[in-house]
Amino acid sequence: MLFVAKAGQKELRQMAAEVKTTTMQQASAPAIPLTQRLPQTKGWKELVRDIWDDNPTFRMILAMCPTMGATNMAINGMAQGLATLVATVASSVTVAALRTLIPAEVRLPAYMIIIAFWVTIVDIFLRAYLPPLSAALGPYVPLIITNCFVLGRAEAFASQNSPGLSALDALGVGLGFTMSLTLLGIIRELLGFGSLFGIQIFSGWTPWVIMIIPAGAFLVVGLYVGIVKHFSPGGQIGGGS
Amino acid sequence: MDIFLIVLGAILTNNILLTTFLGICPFIGVSGEYASASGMGMAVIFVLTMTLPANWLIKHFVLDPLGVGYLSLIVYIVTIAFLVQVVEMFMKRFLPALYSSLGIFLPLITVNCAILGGVLFAIATWNLGFMQSVAYGFGGGVGWALAIILMAAIRERLRFAPIPEGLKGPGIALIIAGLMAMSFVGFSGMINIRDFGG
Repeated sequence: MLFVAKAGQKELRQMAAEVKTTTMQQASAPAIPLTQRLPQTKGWKELVRDIWDDNPTFRMILAMCPTMGATNMAINGMAQGLATLVATVASSVTVAALRTLIPAEVRLPAYMIIIAFWVTIVDIFLRAYLPPLSAALGPYVPLIITNCFVLGRAEAFASQNSPGLSALDALGVGLGFTMSLTLLGIIRELLGFGSLFGIQIFSGWTPWVIMIIPAGAFLVVGLYVGIVKHFSPGGQIGGGS
Repeated sequence: MDIFLIVLGAILTNNILLTTFLGICPFIGVSGEYASASGMGMAVIFVLTMTLPANWLIKHFVLDPLGVGYLSLIVYIVTIAFLVQVVEMFMKRFLPALYSSLGIFLPLITVNCAILGGVLFAIATWNLGFMQSVAYGFGGGVGWALAIILMAAIRERLRFAPIPEGLKGPGIALIIAGLMAMSFVGFSGMINIRDFGG
């Protein structure tokens, strides 16, 4: 009788301990704030990797035409970056949603047509609602079609992942690209015009003409690539098509 | 006379690579060796000379009469991909020697923005005539090839030069391209292809 009671007590204690740990787990799960839980999720890791570690401009040396052609002013760089971001996210989501329907043999032409469709939409939108910006960017908005990383994201990521994850992946690349282009635009506009987003910063500034002409674009991007590689030598430095 | 001036202008004053930044990714990626650089250059001359008139015909005889200008980007990129495929198959069958030297570069050309960019500048932005488009396609290709061959020659010399670690590879290539672009500024003002457009 005593033995049974003892055993019962032991079981009870065990049960109580179990209950305590499970309730603690249940209680502790929502207790971790979102900012700490978010970095552990897969989508967040994709996002951060694409923005920084695989930055399309300074790391992978991809999409150089708009990087140079559209960054003589900070606002142009930002607009080009955002236009590319929208086109990349939309194309990646479309490719991911249709990934089971597109036969493997014709996937590249299919991706090109999807991308061309979304770039056309972005181009028409800019022409209708922001005509001065569209005129300043010229053919560099339609040229997003041949932007290597838009097709690259579709082929390497969106063709194998869900639309939600592909959207985050494309968002990361797009944000990294927008960041790089805005940075380049800021440097070139500051030295070339003495202004920032059209607001005069230095009064009586002698413009560095070289920053506005094509040669300056090559020099600034080259130095940026060198600086990024110098301070974080790890990771991939590309230079493909 | 116009034709000659446009070819010259496309090579020197409106160089497709050094003034409009088209085709920089292969320019940085393939310019490590002289042989592959000249192969890529030849392939660009070939494809640009063919795609520009083809897209000109499509714009003026299909897209404009039908009033479907909003489809132009999709049609241009499909035409380019199709023509690259045809050129590749034609070369493989009839010019095997040329194919073995250019073959690997041809598929890369579909996503070379020099091709679509050349089409957009000549047909959409400047509105050139048919023969002028042919001239611009050929001249633009030659200009691009000239730039990448010059670059490859310089990079072969640089192989043993003392370059800071961070700038090795793409960094120094971009800075050299900057210096080349600066020297090409010397030609600016001689000819402007924009003036020939309608």
